[in-house]
Amino acid sequence: MSIMDHNGGSVIAMVGKDCVAIASDLRLGDRALSISSNFQRIFPITDRIYVGLPGLGTDVATLRERFRFRVNMYTIKEEREIEPETFAHLVSSTLYEHRFGPYFIEPVMAGMSKTPSGGYKPFIAATDLIGCLNFAKDFVVAGTASSKLYGVAEGLWEPDLEPEDLFETISQTLLNAADRDAFSGWGAIVHIITKDKIITRTLKGRMD
Amino acid sequence: MNTFLERYSSTNAVSQLKRAQRLAEEEDEFTDSAWGSQAGYGQLMNGPPSFTVPNVPDPSSFLRLHTDDHADPNCRIKIQHGTTTLAFRFQGGVIVAVDSRATAGSYIASGTVKKVIEINPYLLGTMAGGAADCQYWETYLGMHCRLHELRNRERISVSAASKYLSNLVYSYKGMGLSMGTMICGWDKTGPAIFYVDSDGTRLKGDLFSVGSGSTFAYGVLDQGYRWDLTDAEAQELGRRSIYAAGHRDAFSGNTCNLYHVKENGWEFIANYDISKLHYDGPGDVAGSPGHGYGYGIRVQGRSSANPPEATAAA
Repeated sequence: MSIMDHNGGSVIAMVGKDCVAIASDLRLGDRALSISSNFQRIFPITDRIYVGLPGLGTDVATLRERFRFRVNMYTIKEEREIEPETFAHLVSSTLYEHRFGPYFIEPVMAGMSKTPSGGYKPFIAATDLIGCLNFAKDFVVAGTASSKLYGVAEGLWEPDLEPEDLFETISQTLLNAADRDAFSGWGAIVHIITKDKIITRTLKGRMD
Repeated sequence: MNTFLERYSSTNAVSQLKRAQRLAEEEDEFTDSAWGSQAGYGQLMNGPPSFTVPNVPDPSSFLRLHTDDHADPNCRIKIQHGTTTLAFRFQGGVIVAVDSRATAGSYIASGTVKKVIEINPYLLGTMAGGAADCQYWETYLGMHCRLHELRNRERISVSAASKYLSNLVYSYKGMGLSMGTMICGWDKTGPAIFYVDSDGTRLKGDLFSVGSGSTFAYGVLDQGYRWDLTDAEAQELGRRSIYAAGHRDAFSGNTCNLYHVKENGWEFIANYDISKLHYDGPGDVAGSPGHGYGYGIRVQGRSSANPPEATAAA
């Protein structure tokens, strides 16, 4: 069994119409033993960027702090908020710095990025554990349930979903994929990011 | 005179038997495989079933190479590794409770597996380890229990049935059979449980739990077990124990199947969704606490960060 499966957990992000969604389950396990049903692995980076860190629990905590430090340094130097694309590259290079002894995390990012005309457009991305970036136009998945998430998402996702419809789609995708994965589940959390607000909802899930 | 009759009559018992044997010999021109599977139950009259064996110098080490998941997790042939099963004896008979999840690696292959095998109206077998091994050999055991009944004009004891199974699996030791089972029933001696596994272990006892979730089930079981449990209390204890295992063990869950063995044979009580047990409890059934089993429900949302008012005031 891989160390990536040690604590379990999965994250998914989806693009909608002028919005993005990112969701994760809430399980923290020790192999087969489930420990916590309230383990947060999605964190806000700015008002419009969220990052999900599925993988080894200890590295979730470490990377969260590393990203916070680096984003703060960027904000001070640049005197402006970081953009999602820039943050994705920051994540990528942070991970590649540890090419030969990596963090066991596969980050998933979701945010709204500024366009030159002053509007906002949805942005999602994911990387593997050594920082290979994957910019997708529809959805990205990672974690122990990733193969199941791909299957359900391929079936449920459609372009230009309104925020509430996107919420329903991402919730059903995550809950149903987690029900087929032994290491994910025990509740879920969903964040919907639009240009002016963030909706966060905690979902009841199967508790077995 | 009688010898003459026997020799020349074509209707006496001996000649009829000889004719039947001749017919049977003619049928033997067909190989076992012509009748279907070599290991099929239809071959019972010809002695124990035979299996095709890999054509290599040492078949059992070859099998171990390809089936034993301790050696190499990537080449597992079996599914159904995570499981929680339990059985206990008490004043009112035997309670048998199992979960219903089958996993292949981290993938939940099924959530509706029947892990209680109904051997006959008085005997139940539980399933942990290789699903096919348990299903096949416990069905096979059922056939021999029936033959025992026919030969001896009385039902087989739980002890004899379990010993039949343990001797049988022992003869295949080292060939990769994987099963941990409890043979439960009611015979002349009253309620009985025997634990039998593929190592050849056979144990008589009052309380057993088998599978990856067994430690969690034992925790609840040991805490609530008494010999003089009422039927309702015992059923509730079985349900509650399987819930605990389904909740904490990643490889157990989905639903709980509950059986009660009484003097007149076993009775299927019900199938409970484990997530429903967590949030709402078992519903309107005997022994139900009337609320969900979940920790969050019992503490009513209170924690150290959100203590009950009395504690907060103090």
